[in-house]
Amino acid sequence: MSAPLTASAGTAAIAPGARPATGFWRRALRHRSFVLGAVLSLLVLGAALLSLVWTPWSAYDIDVASKLHAPSAAHWLGTDVLGRDIVSLLLVGARSTIMVGVIAVGIGLTFGVGLGLIAAARKGWTEELIMRMSDFTFAFPAVLSAIMLAAVAGPGMVTSITAIGIFQIPTFVRVTRGSANAIWAREFVLAARAAGKGSFRITIEHVLPNILSILVVQATIQFALAILAEAALSYLGLGTQPPQPSWGRMLNDAQTLLFQSPMLAVYPGVAIAIAVLGLNLLGDGLRDLLDPRLARER
Amino acid sequence: MADTGAPLIEVKNLGVRLNTSRGPAQAVRGVSFALRRGETLGLVGESGCGKSVTALALIGLLPDSAVISGSIRLEGAELVGLPDAAYCKLRGNRISMIFQEPMTALNPMHTIGHQVAEPLRRHTGVSATEARQEAIALLDRVGLPDAAKRVDAYPHQFSGGQRQRITIAMALACQPDVLIADEPTTALDVTIQGQILDLIADLVAERGMSMILISHDLGVIAENVERMMVMYGGTVVESGTTDAVFTRMGHPYTQGLFRARPRLGARKGTRLTTIAGTVPELADLPAGCTFADRCAIVEGRCRAALPAVVDVGAAHGVRCIRTDVSMAVGGVGA
Repeated sequence: MSAPLTASAGTAAIAPGARPATGFWRRALRHRSFVLGAVLSLLVLGAALLSLVWTPWSAYDIDVASKLHAPSAAHWLGTDVLGRDIVSLLLVGARSTIMVGVIAVGIGLTFGVGLGLIAAARKGWTEELIMRMSDFTFAFPAVLSAIMLAAVAGPGMVTSITAIGIFQIPTFVRVTRGSANAIWAREFVLAARAAGKGSFRITIEHVLPNILSILVVQATIQFALAILAEAALSYLGLGTQPPQPSWGRMLNDAQTLLFQSPMLAVYPGVAIAIAVLGLNLLGDGLRDLLDPRLARER
Repeated sequence: MADTGAPLIEVKNLGVRLNTSRGPAQAVRGVSFALRRGETLGLVGESGCGKSVTALALIGLLPDSAVISGSIRLEGAELVGLPDAAYCKLRGNRISMIFQEPMTALNPMHTIGHQVAEPLRRHTGVSATEARQEAIALLDRVGLPDAAKRVDAYPHQFSGGQRQRITIAMALACQPDVLIADEPTTALDVTIQGQILDLIADLVAERGMSMILISHDLGVIAENVERMMVMYGGTVVESGTTDAVFTRMGHPYTQGLFRARPRLGARKGTRLTTIAGTVPELADLPAGCTFADRCAIVEGRCRAALPAVVDVGAAHGVRCIRTDVSMAVGGVGA
């Protein structure tokens, strides 16, 4: 990029995207993976919201007489081993999926990012302490901490969400501290310090905005992992308790009937895949859109 | 802004010990100088001679593990050992710094207007609107074309020279008393270099600031500062007015540095003279003169102890015990 010598050339060069806020949605709509990710994520969100007001059948009514029906006009995707309508189960299941994902990732983000930023800003023994504590937490698999929590608090959705959330903290601590350290080493941070800013302001104004895109992408990955972890915990009877439907429980219920009715496993599997794929694409798109340096290339 | 004669910033016997992976390193030893309002001082030396460490010590940005000895006084107030919170109030407000690399000295995530206005809002407590107006005025003053329109642009939308103008605007926002410019033009094209240095010189004169200009370029030093200090291995080997030092170089290192620069009009094929050897490792400096291993006129007693400063003229000191020889055979002056 050569230096524009005249004022008019300089203005012309920066006119597009000079204020990224106004152009954000226009650019977003042109970003293919962002649009696809947003559509898939909204699909899951829409299903969860729809289930609050309407489902084709009740997701809780057991009708053993009509168990394992093939798809029909009455039951669009058939029924499961207890005669429950699959479509209704999927719709209601989306609720627990979103709840688990949002709350667990929320816990991980809040504590993980906070601790990671403190570790990077403080250095020294504070950093050591935080990192060793997160290593310690990391050493326990999510399932194990969920079992421990369940022993104390009893199994259920709250227990599994808390366990998954706690398990996510160290991942966020590491990602945050690692990328924050890289920002702290940049010259603009030195310049900010030379301008008289303290470490708190530098963290909020310089470090956090520069690692936000990394965190957004990490959060979408963690969201997907949380959904999978919830499925695993449900299988062990530690997650969502019956009769509350969840995609993980559906998947595990279908396991025993894999040869009889394989489609029972496919439906929740596809639902999980859509949610995970949607979130990953969304995160990817957001990373591009949030970065002003990439703004002009789209 | 009456010149009372009292120094604005006074450094006495400054020493900095850094903890490196190779053990403690005495990065700066016995640096002393005083600057009155409006005076300019140049620091010259090659990479690793301690000039940037000296600058960072002045602005209080050395790592926490660094041990600082001696005294730095700003209008009589001691800065060494000042708690960080108090130092934060000085930085950007009374002491400012311009960095070498304009491409990385600006945060890519914020608009330039925001970054220039930030120190103002922080130190003077003006409103956002006033700070913005002031930022536009500053950007205009540093020669950014169409400042009012470009104030909301991001750093990547500017060229290197323009970005350096922006960092200068940032550094000057609160009208600091002391400006430290750490190789402000090293990363820029030669054509832009001159413009930026002229701009800095104008601003220094206009605002009555004191400036410490750090450079490895003797030409830059010669044209831009009144006094200079040549640093080598963490010590000041020669100091004096720029005229005096350039006319009568006393230290063999200064002479070597001068001989090593390319000259206009030299015959084609003329090789540049180099200083044999390499810069000493700061983690294990020799006991005597730091330049002893590379010096052409070294003697046994040079290696015994760090030579004291010898006055060779009015306010012109040389840290060499053999100035009688070096200044007789120096032969590059005038």
